[in-house]
Amino acid sequence: MNASPTAPFTTIIGLEVHVQLQTRTKLFCGCSTQFGAPPNTQVCPTCLGLPGSLPVMNRQAFALALRAALALNCTIAPTTKWDRKNYFYPDLPKGYQISQFDLPFSSAGHLEVVDPKGAFAPRDVGIIRVHLEEDAGKSMHDEAAGTGDTRIDLNRAGTPLCEIVTQPDLRSPQEARAWLNELKLLLVYLGVSDCNMQEGSLRVDANINLHIPQPDGRIAKTPIVEIKNMNSFRSVERALVYETARQYQEWQETKAEMGSKPKQTRGWDEPAGITRGQRAKEESSDYRYFPEPDLVLVTVDAAQLAAVQSGMTEPPTELRKALESRWKISAYDSDVLVNQGRELVGYFEELAGAIGEGKVASNWMQQDVLRTLNERGGTIDAFPVTPAGLADLIRRVTAGDFDTSRAREIFAEMVTSGRSAADVVATLGISAVDDDELLTLCHELLAANPKIVADVRGGKEQAAAGLIGQAKKKNANVNPGKVREKCLELIRAMG
Amino acid sequence: MQPAELTAIDIVTAVRQGDLTAVQCTLAFLQRIEAHNGSINAFLHVDAAGALATAERIDKRRSQGLPIGPLAGLPVAVKDAICTADQPTTCASKMLAHFRPPYDAEVVARLRAADAVIVGKTNMDEFAMGGSNENSAFGPVRNPWDVTRAPGGSSGGSAACVAADMAPVAIGSDTGGSIRQPAGLCGITGLKPTYGRVSRRGLVAFASSLDQIGPMARSAADCALIMETIAGHDPGDATSLTGGVPRYSTQLDQPLAGVRIGRVPEHFAAGLDPEVARGVEEAFAVFKAAGATVHDIQLPHAKYGVPTYYLIAPCEASSNLARYDGAHYGHRATRRDEEGHRATRRDEEGHGTAPHTPGAFESPLVEMYCRSRAEGFGPEVKRRIMLGTYALSAGYYDAYYAKALRVRRLIRQDYLNAFEQVDLIGGPVSATAAFKLGEKTNDPLAMYLVDLYTVTANLAGVGGISFPCGFTKSGLPIGFQLQAPALGEGLLLRATDRFQHLTAWHQRRPKSIPSAGPAGR
Repeated sequence: MNASPTAPFTTIIGLEVHVQLQTRTKLFCGCSTQFGAPPNTQVCPTCLGLPGSLPVMNRQAFALALRAALALNCTIAPTTKWDRKNYFYPDLPKGYQISQFDLPFSSAGHLEVVDPKGAFAPRDVGIIRVHLEEDAGKSMHDEAAGTGDTRIDLNRAGTPLCEIVTQPDLRSPQEARAWLNELKLLLVYLGVSDCNMQEGSLRVDANINLHIPQPDGRIAKTPIVEIKNMNSFRSVERALVYETARQYQEWQETKAEMGSKPKQTRGWDEPAGITRGQRAKEESSDYRYFPEPDLVLVTVDAAQLAAVQSGMTEPPTELRKALESRWKISAYDSDVLVNQGRELVGYFEELAGAIGEGKVASNWMQQDVLRTLNERGGTIDAFPVTPAGLADLIRRVTAGDFDTSRAREIFAEMVTSGRSAADVVATLGISAVDDDELLTLCHELLAANPKIVADVRGGKEQAAAGLIGQAKKKNANVNPGKVREKCLELIRAMG
Repeated sequence: MQPAELTAIDIVTAVRQGDLTAVQCTLAFLQRIEAHNGSINAFLHVDAAGALATAERIDKRRSQGLPIGPLAGLPVAVKDAICTADQPTTCASKMLAHFRPPYDAEVVARLRAADAVIVGKTNMDEFAMGGSNENSAFGPVRNPWDVTRAPGGSSGGSAACVAADMAPVAIGSDTGGSIRQPAGLCGITGLKPTYGRVSRRGLVAFASSLDQIGPMARSAADCALIMETIAGHDPGDATSLTGGVPRYSTQLDQPLAGVRIGRVPEHFAAGLDPEVARGVEEAFAVFKAAGATVHDIQLPHAKYGVPTYYLIAPCEASSNLARYDGAHYGHRATRRDEEGHRATRRDEEGHGTAPHTPGAFESPLVEMYCRSRAEGFGPEVKRRIMLGTYALSAGYYDAYYAKALRVRRLIRQDYLNAFEQVDLIGGPVSATAAFKLGEKTNDPLAMYLVDLYTVTANLAGVGGISFPCGFTKSGLPIGFQLQAPALGEGLLLRATDRFQHLTAWHQRRPKSIPSAGPAGR
């Protein structure tokens, strides 16, 4: 038990995540999975459930699911089967969902989440199972029309969906959110899913209860609640925070423990910021699972596994470690870079390679490239400054051609115009100021500012700052640090 | 000889040689249908215009010297459980009374590609559930040999139309005997191929792990011809078998010397009609005369076939038929207050009045589901949906469905063991010749026993063929069944063809078929 010093209980959280696989076509037919098409335009007899239609498994979807399960360190079953989950709903045209019941294709995995700032201890979360199933269509309850009509869009019906079920290993809402971020990052890195929650390609349900130590040493466990209807990771965290407090209050009022009532499902009401109980009837469904007779067993051999494994890119955890050792950057820096996605890491590595320095490249990435991306929007692929172009700029700074703030101006212009550093420098009339020029300039400054010279000689070195602004006006290209250094040198030489 | 009395092989030969046009042939069968369907009720839909148009196209192609398909000009009737894009597909159910599929079943597509002429859709037990064709929502089929008797089922329309010369060939489907039993009761030849040999795509599913499409015709030779077109791998059916299709027709004339035929003594136990038993034993004698040997064998678990079948089939059916819920297609119940629906809702909101039939349904959606299914399905379909739903329910699954699967494996093993000793298994198709319409309708269990000799082949996934081996004193056909190991269609067809060269039972025709229905329609 690790009840925190501030809470007299331990929060126990397990997650159930559904992710749509990034396949071109559906799991059991050739229809497109493209999001956003007009309703019921991506359908065929199979995903409409017309009489006589039959499913045929999409091998690409199965390979993607294998990739996800391998990345989650799961054991892959040598043989797996499909089952029918029977229930009536208008967005389920066959009256059953093809899913996996007792022999999922993978089980017993784990995924660790580490907070580089140490907000919580590293948490290795067990994965009970990952299975593949078909998505249902969408029901849109048209309340606005005032008729209570429901519209059905079956474009989504049959989209491949991976269900990932964790052990109840998470110990706080914050951890749950961080773990979900890590999971999403992993699945996006591997090209398994785009994990777009707005488009419904990633959906989360959370199970939560509290373990409350009793004076007699016994641990009281509150009834498990499943929370649904959360449409962002932030909502997941908020809902879990709310539910933790609600369950503790309920415990204090009722002392109700697990088993005293059936598992309850509560829906998250985002605007109200609360969970609401859903009808108990929805929970007591009997899905009458049985093996899908229209499909055959799926076998996975070593060669197939090896092929999937060899096609996999480095997952984020390994990539972070690799960046740290390759470029001598901190765990924090590698975390920031890796969390931005595979393409940004590629940009960073190209940049670091070009300038031969990880830390400087990382700083530019975080302070300039990322900030610009955030402001402008868009992806790193379409970023107007190439790694080579940025490396050229950084090399000029290192050579002392200009200072960092001047370099930022140049960078901004490179982003806006898409031109090279050399080009921008020429246009803005930026050129390196040579030593003779600098000396002449400093002499002029000292001659024109006797009071500053006197102040400096009187011991107020900071007064030299007044010279910098004037130097910039005379020649925008001067390096302020060098001006300061040279002026002080000349003043000291006055004795 | 009238075209309607020709065999399928004669027809395609005559059309190819120019002795008969596809139009002449099609017209001849359409005339037979017009004359006799009123009394037999074998067809639910006849596509005279479409059939003639197809026939004209074929004749034109032939006259222009263009190539024509292997079944060019051959009229084929298709069971109404098999999807046809240009004709209704009702499964003899009110639920699908107005359903027109947007696509052809794979078998239909293959038949069309071979230039067969699809003349119409045949009557059946609703959703293929039944053994007498009395479960059709559109009236029973009548046996051409005696219109007061059932043709068997569920492919009763397919069997009767061939027996009555309304089509030379029909396509049926067999889940527990639905090709073989009506073929036996109507005196024709029907083949249930090995599970997966013919694509199920486009066959409206009853019990997916048991359903299999096959040909029904006047002879094994005609069935062989059809199999060469409809059998073979379909990548659109995951349970379809890979592997090439033999040229069955070219292997028919090989002698039966050395072929071992198994005989199951239990088949001749109490319950088997003595006339049927005599006919079956005489058939064994014919096979012996042809050079085959007959050996008694055991199928120890066959006695559990019917109860096993009546768990597995309804379980799958309960799920397969869930899609008929009124939401997307098929029959949807109109609300009792349909006209005043919108107004009533406003009133409810405005005055808080109670909804109609308070408490009867948990929501308007559930009410629509329940009433659509209550109105759309007939009693036998409802019975099997309830059986299957119950058997799959939590707490009952292991005792019923899981146990049935274990017994199914034992039955399959029985067959594997038996086929180490023999090449074929012979015996009766059904315990009696055609029974009277209405005779078993009030006794579902008696009706289920008509599948006694046929269900085990479906459970084991092996092929079976049935053909006439004699007639009762009252003039009703007696059927004989042969079963073979998986993919043994070649031997089934060959053995039957040899039998049909030594006997003439398959050439007998019903003497007089009334032109109008005994009670009309």
